[in-house]
Formats: sequence, structure tokens, C-alpha cells
Amino acid sequence: MADFFGWLSTLSPWLEIPIIIGVFVFAVGVLLFFIEIAPRAGRAYTIARLAACVLIPLGIMWALQSWWWAIAAAGVLGLLFFWLDQRSRGGVGSLFQLFGFLAPALALLLVGLVLPVIQTLVASTMNSRGTAFVGLDNFVWILTQPQGIRTIVNTIVWVLIAPVVSTVIGLVYAYFIDKTRGEKVYKILVFLPMAISFVGASIIWRFMYTARPVDAEQIGFVNQIIVWLGGSPVPFLQVQPWNTLALIVVFVWIYTGFAMVVLSAAIKGVPTEQLEAAELDGANGFERFMNVVVPGIRPSLIVVLTTIAIASMKIFDIVRTMTAGANNTSVLANEMYQQFRSFEPGRSAAYAVILFILVLPLVIYNARQLKAQREVR
Amino acid sequence: MTATELITTGRKAKAPAFGEAKRRLTSPWATLAAIIIAAIWTIPTFGILVSSFRPRVEIQTTGWWTALQNWGWTTENYVEALNTSTGGLSLLGAFVNSFAITLPSAIIPLILATLAAYGFAWMEFRGKNLLFVLVFALQIVPIQMAFIPLLQLFSQGELFGFPIIQAFSDQAGYAQVWIAHTIFGLPLAIFLLHNFIAQIPGEVIEAARVDGAGHGQIFFRIVLPLSMPAIASFAIFQFLWVWNDLLVALIFADGNVAPITKLLAQMVGQRGEDWHLLTAGAFIAIIVPLLVFLFLQRYFVRGLLAGSAKG
Repeated sequence: MADFFGWLSTLSPWLEIPIIIGVFVFAVGVLLFFIEIAPRAGRAYTIARLAACVLIPLGIMWALQSWWWAIAAAGVLGLLFFWLDQRSRGGVGSLFQLFGFLAPALALLLVGLVLPVIQTLVASTMNSRGTAFVGLDNFVWILTQPQGIRTIVNTIVWVLIAPVVSTVIGLVYAYFIDKTRGEKVYKILVFLPMAISFVGASIIWRFMYTARPVDAEQIGFVNQIIVWLGGSPVPFLQVQPWNTLALIVVFVWIYTGFAMVVLSAAIKGVPTEQLEAAELDGANGFERFMNVVVPGIRPSLIVVLTTIAIASMKIFDIVRTMTAGANNTSVLANEMYQQFRSFEPGRSAAYAVILFILVLPLVIYNARQLKAQREVR
Repeated sequence: MTATELITTGRKAKAPAFGEAKRRLTSPWATLAAIIIAAIWTIPTFGILVSSFRPRVEIQTTGWWTALQNWGWTTENYVEALNTSTGGLSLLGAFVNSFAITLPSAIIPLILATLAAYGFAWMEFRGKNLLFVLVFALQIVPIQMAFIPLLQLFSQGELFGFPIIQAFSDQAGYAQVWIAHTIFGLPLAIFLLHNFIAQIPGEVIEAARVDGAGHGQIFFRIVLPLSMPAIASFAIFQFLWVWNDLLVALIFADGNVAPITKLLAQMVGQRGEDWHLLTAGAFIAIIVPLLVFLFLQRYFVRGLLAGSAKG
């Protein structure tokens, strides 16, 4: 496999794309062929199945350039699997079909997510070299150090401010443009930043924030407005503690579009009769909004809030690109990367675990909300 | 309508029959406010687009909103930006890398996930629900949790200190970042596609089975074509996610396989005041997602909504 990838990397990237996809599609095609013939009775099919059971694992391990013992183990497991499949309750070949569909994805998830997560949990209790158990020392180190506390506080500030602001703006905007002429264009304009990478958005906003000396002409639009209003330019990314807010603005700029689209769809689901009834009762626009629309879209509001909260908790790219965590703007994900780069896997893992623990309740809540909503329909 | 439903059911929001009630709910002030918000949201992107075509001296000394007074346009910035090298890789090379990383990283997990989703939806086995919940639960793990061990697996071939495979050599090209993105994309993809595939009417599958089709044929001839809307939405989501990704690229795409996001982030660090390069570079990076957005809007919105909590 390494040889194959080595050979592949010598080619032009434009050639690599079709080759890797082609090889992959071919492999899946072969797999589907074996799945198709697996349940058929007859000696030839049995032999084909036996060959597939043993040769596919052998081939995969060989292609990965495994050690001999690993290859042999794969072969033995394949043989065992063939035997189980022959005697399975669902009929000959039923296990084979099941494995064919599920095994590729589940094996990758096991090797690439499940085991690594366990390893990270273990690593967070080990020293930097990963040689000795140190208990909770890494966590203690993070929590006793001003920089570490600052990182956690910043992340909490992100989670408290970013979702609320983007949801409120998105909601108000969605309500304002609801059923106006050109609603679609309005939506595109605000949703557009969702397409832009955080890195691109960071550059765009760094440019907006650029500050020049008082006597020079400004090239950053935000500072120009301040100058027009009679103020003096502010280096937004350096002024603590407001620089975190400057970063949050970028995030809000991106996520408002998300909130707007989801909430706009929800607003359209509010029954017209209710709105008309409220109007007849003499409620003005604002009262109708607060007393009819907002309660009517409450489930969507919650999902939007929690979804954006999860995204803001994991925020990395904006901080990395705009300040790289300088001037006390660091957040958990950035610190995790920083420690990884300075060869402190233990502390890096501890940061990842803290992030995981903080994000967990939100995600569970979000999933339950989604589920509850689906049951209602 | 929730985010997941947008992708899984593929239903469009029902246009309500308002008729008489089509009266506007809001006042002219609301329209004005909407116009102001729309303007604030558009100005930053517009500013960078204008700036990227202005001569270097003009960008550094005058604001882009004065472009009409300080006349002067050039495409020189783009030429220079594409040829700017950071760490031996030009921006043009990184742009190509982005395609080479993104296309396989969008297609491969999609195929694997469709296979698994079919297995979960249309095959019976013990422990199915438990296994599916586990896969669903993997979505909640921040991908940061998997980085270091996965990198160790690639560079040393070890799981828990046991040597399993030969390490990937330095010449492995895009392989690491392909595999990483494939793995990180799987949980969400399986979950969303399962929701869609499970909704295919059972009679359709049963009819094919009666006609003698096995699981392989049913998957290829019936499930795959029928789930194309969901597959397209997810493909576009994954494409954009990978294209815009910085975190995975920083860790798994080293040296000359780095995508454009990574190179731009480095350029900001090293040449943060060269706005003629940064504006042009940023625009090169965002033009692909923008085109996808403008031409495939429906799938794009559905895909993005469905995957908004990924990472």
C-alpha cells in the first residue's frame, strides 16, 4: 500500500484523483459481486466464498504491509468467519453479506475513531513522553495555569455570546424578509458566508479590522467608520479583552446565515390563522413576533442555538488564522493544537478531553431535541 | 423543519397557501433594517473582491471604498499570489492539492457510508440497534480526540504500542489526509444516509428480491439510484467541509501536499501585511465554494444544514 501511495504521489495530482477513486470503486464493485453470489448454493460458489473469506483479509493486511503475525491472524480469522458463515442461522452466506456491507466502514471507524479516542483518554493521564502514568497532573497543570484558565474562559465566552447573537440576528432578519419581494436574494446575501472557509473569512475580517496610524488614511473599513465618526483607529485584534469579541464577530458573520435559513423555514410553518387572530386582537408587529412567532418556532430555535453552540465550542480556524491565540485569545481547540506542536501529547490530549467533556452535554441535548421534534411530526 | 429532515426527507418547505393573508407582516422600517443587515453581511466580501484587483500601492495607502477616486485596476495580484511560495509550495500548487485532497475525500466515505447505511437499514441481525447507536454516538466525539493516535498509527504503524502495519513513508502523498477525512466523515454520513435509505418503501425492495436479486443487485440497481438526492447533498457538504478545513490539514497534510487553506493561514502568519497577496489568495480559495453555492444551491443548503454540527 505504501508503495502504491508512493508511486501515486509521483504522478500529477490531476491523474491521482481518477486513479484513487477508480481503484476504490473497482474494489467496492468486486465486494458487491461477492455479496451478490454469496447466498447461492453449489460447490463453485462455496469455493468462491471460501476464497473471498480468506484472501480478502489476507490481501488487505498484505497491502497494508502488515507484520507477518498480523497477516496470519487475519487469515485465520477469515477462515473462522467462513466456518461461522456456513453454519449461520440466517442461511449460508448471510453473515458474509452483512459483513460485506458493514465491515469496511465499521473497521475504519474502529481503527480511526474508537481506538484513538480510547488512546487519547489514556494519553491524557500520561506524561509528555507517554512513558509514565501521572494521574490527573495534566488537567491540574491546565487548571492551575493562568493561560489554561484563560483558554477555558475564552471558550465559555464564545459559547455564551456567539450562538445567541447569530440566532437573534438570523431570526430578526428571517422575520423581516419573510414574504417580501426579493426574499431569495436577501437570503443568498446573508447565507453566502457559510460557503466561505473560516480561513477565507478570517482574512476578509483581518482586512476589515486593519488599523493605520491616526494621521494616515485608513484601509480597514471598520476603522474608517470609527474615524468618520470622529474616533481614532483601534487595533481590534490586540486590545484585550475585546479582541475575543472581534473574533466572535467573524463567527457570527458566518453562522447567521445558517440560523436565518433554518428559522425562515420554521417561520413559514407558523399557522397563518394564529397570526391573523393576533392581528384582529390588535397586536402590533412586535407583539405578534414575540407572542406568536417565537413560541411557534421554539423547537427550531433550540436546535439552532445548540448547533451553533457546539460549533463555537470547537472553534479553531478563526482563532488560529487571525491571532494564533496571541493576546489572550486562545481557545481549547487551538491550545490542543499548540501543545501537540510543542511535543506535549499528554497536555494536548488533556485539552481534547476537556473539550469533549464540555461539548458532551450540548450534543446529547441537541440530539434529544432533534429526536423529540421528529416524534411530534 | 429541522436540519436533518431537510436532507433526509428531501422535502422542500411547503409554500403555505396564504392568499389574502399574503399581506406583509412587517413595516417599511423592517425592510430598511433588512437591507442594512444584508449590506453589512455583503460589504466584507465585496471589499476583498475590489481590493484584490487594485494595485499594491493603492491597497496599502487608500481604502477600497475610494477605488473610484483612486482609479487603477490590475490582475497582477492574482499572478503574484498564485506564484507565492510558502515552505516550497506555491499557492497554485496548493490550489491543485485542495482538489486532489477534496474529491477523493468526498467520494470514498460516501460510498462506504452508503454500503453501511444499507446494511443498517435493510439487513436484520442481532445487536443492530445498539451498533447503530454507537455509530451515531461517534458523531459527538470532537475529532481532536482522534488526532494524535491516528497520526501515530500512520507514522509508526502502532495501535496501543503494538506494531500492526508498516508505517506510511514520507512519500505517501495525500494518503494520510484522504484516510483521515474518510474516517471523520463516516459517522455523520452513515447516520444521514441511513435515515434516507430506510425510508425507501419496503415493497420496492421486496419486489426486487422476488425477482431474484440479491443484496448486491438491490443495492446497486435500486438503493443507489433512489438515494441520489441524499447522496448529492452529503457529497456537497463533505466537499465543502474538506475544502474549507484547516485543522485536519494542519495535522495530516504536511509539506508539499498542503491544501490552500493551510497555505493561506501560513501566509497570514508570515506576510500578514501584504494585502495585495492575501486578498487575491483569499478570493482564489473562496471562489470554488462560491461557485458550488451559486450553481447547486438547493443541495448546498440542505447539505450544510444537515452537517452543521460536524467536527
